[in-house]
Amino acid sequence: MSTNIDTSRSPLEATAFSKRIAAFIVIIYAAIAIIPMLLIVTTAFKSTTDAITYPPKILFKPSLEGVVNLSTQRTRQSKEYLKSLPPPRTWYEKIVRKRQMVIAGPSRFFQRFVNSLVIGFGSTFFSVFLGTLAAYAFSRFKIPLKDDLLFFILSTRMFPPIAAAVPIFLMYRKLGLNDTHLGMIVLYTVVNLSLSVWLLKGFIDEIPKEYEEAALVDGYSRLSAFFKIILPQAATGIAATAIFCLIFSWNEYAFAILLTFREAQTLPPFIPTIIGEGGLDWPAIATATSIFMLPVIVFTIILRKHLLRGITFGAVRK
Amino acid sequence: MLSKINRKLLNMSDRSIAWLFTLPTIILLIFINIYPLIWSVYLSFTNFKANRRGMEIKWVGTKWYEKILMSEDVWANMQVTAHFLFWTIFIQAILGLSLAIFLNRKFKGHELMTTVVVLPMMLSPAVVGVFWSYIYQPQAGIFNYIINFFIDFGEFTMIGDFVLAPWSIVIVDTWIWTPFVMLMCLAGLKSIPDYLYEAAEVDRASKWQQFIHITLPSVMPFLMLAVLFRGIENFKMFDMVNELTGGGPGSVTELASIHLKRAAFEKWRTGYSSAFAVILFVTVFGAGSIYVKFLNKLKEK
Repeated sequence: MSTNIDTSRSPLEATAFSKRIAAFIVIIYAAIAIIPMLLIVTTAFKSTTDAITYPPKILFKPSLEGVVNLSTQRTRQSKEYLKSLPPPRTWYEKIVRKRQMVIAGPSRFFQRFVNSLVIGFGSTFFSVFLGTLAAYAFSRFKIPLKDDLLFFILSTRMFPPIAAAVPIFLMYRKLGLNDTHLGMIVLYTVVNLSLSVWLLKGFIDEIPKEYEEAALVDGYSRLSAFFKIILPQAATGIAATAIFCLIFSWNEYAFAILLTFREAQTLPPFIPTIIGEGGLDWPAIATATSIFMLPVIVFTIILRKHLLRGITFGAVRK
Repeated sequence: MLSKINRKLLNMSDRSIAWLFTLPTIILLIFINIYPLIWSVYLSFTNFKANRRGMEIKWVGTKWYEKILMSEDVWANMQVTAHFLFWTIFIQAILGLSLAIFLNRKFKGHELMTTVVVLPMMLSPAVVGVFWSYIYQPQAGIFNYIINFFIDFGEFTMIGDFVLAPWSIVIVDTWIWTPFVMLMCLAGLKSIPDYLYEAAEVDRASKWQQFIHITLPSVMPFLMLAVLFRGIENFKMFDMVNELTGGGPGSVTELASIHLKRAAFEKWRTGYSSAFAVILFVTVFGAGSIYVKFLNKLKEK
């Protein structure tokens, strides 16, 4: 009797062998794809000389030069002058002295970081706030020309940012909004509105209308039903939308490089300008990039279930 | 008093709520999107230069439009853009679809792998673009090191080379956006109901036949949508390329958006660049609408 037919597996499930091949190929792709990111993190701990040696060093003596260079401004001094100074008091002074330099002051990185936070969170708040209201109205009420309006909201995203930047630059110059936090918050709020309206409309559409209708029968007004029933039900969707808006503002580059210079400059246009001696200071740039991408990676892991939905403006719901 | 206002607010009619909720969004969009757009269209018919204040604005008619459509430089930019669009979409579609099919075999740890593969897509393309110029460095870059490890070309440069530079941006874009196509295809694969395969098994259809007649047609709409998204996004591509090559060497990587930035913010030819912006917008919008119509027809089938 032959009883060794495998019945534990449905014919639809892949065989163990084909699974192994699939895993192998995907892992190879993932390994290649992750090299640049690993390189960013490791370069952050290299010394400036180790960062530009050939062949690239896989094993190296970890150094904190990157973070020191990122957070300070330094000047080169003559040997005689350095000898006349008292010995370095702190570990970071020691690192700087070794390269025959002294610390001249803090760098602008911290200020740019705060700019990114203020503009990111500010614009996220407003676009999610306005987006939730509009999405609810579009989801539940009869609005004249509703489909056209929704398409209009989406079409604002088709305009290349550089093309939009020309008239916005001129308008902001007249209003004195160039290189201000307020100007950037307003701009990012508007750019994110299309995303937040479309995404949130999808999330609110999924909440059964019966919930609200039951509340209305119970004597709730429309508004209190919105606050007490819809908002709590849509909380996950609102949080996911907020994270998408935040990631967009955090990563945005085209408007930032054209409309901000000093006061309101965010990290993406700032990071490429970190220059050391004889070119870009790679360990410092890598440190900045690592700090910059860490929150995005954390958010991506939190959002992994909603990623596709966010990127397709709610067109694809998994 | 306050509670009176509160009650009044709470008892608003549906219609006033609809207005109250949508108006702020629409007003903001009109101010920051429509008004500048109309202004752009107006400026595209004038000789305005944004760096000269108080200059008299003169109407020049369709001069800039004629100039752009006749200019060989612009057509060269369009070719660069077309090369970039075609190859990124082509490579990403194939890579993304295959990765999705493999991930869909649900091997152990496939969820973790999905998250790892997806990461590059979420990072800032500009910041990542800066770092890729380090990866591509001819002396210390890891890209050249790995290539030379397999085939020894000696010292070569990706970004500085007239032939290789257009491919350097294709590679980075592929690295960033393949996961997006993959996620879309994965959603398509998951949407296929099991009974289709069960029926095929009963009919003794081979795995290959199942792939051609069930898997591919079901994934197609998702893949096409992914291509639409990538097409629009890459037509607007600015950030990564601006940091990585800046349009150079010469103008072999000068995509439409880079050309626009150079004209608008380096040469300050505001009228010319406004006209170019209008042409770009019409192109994206037109191509997008045609593609969507095509996609809808495909869905009906």
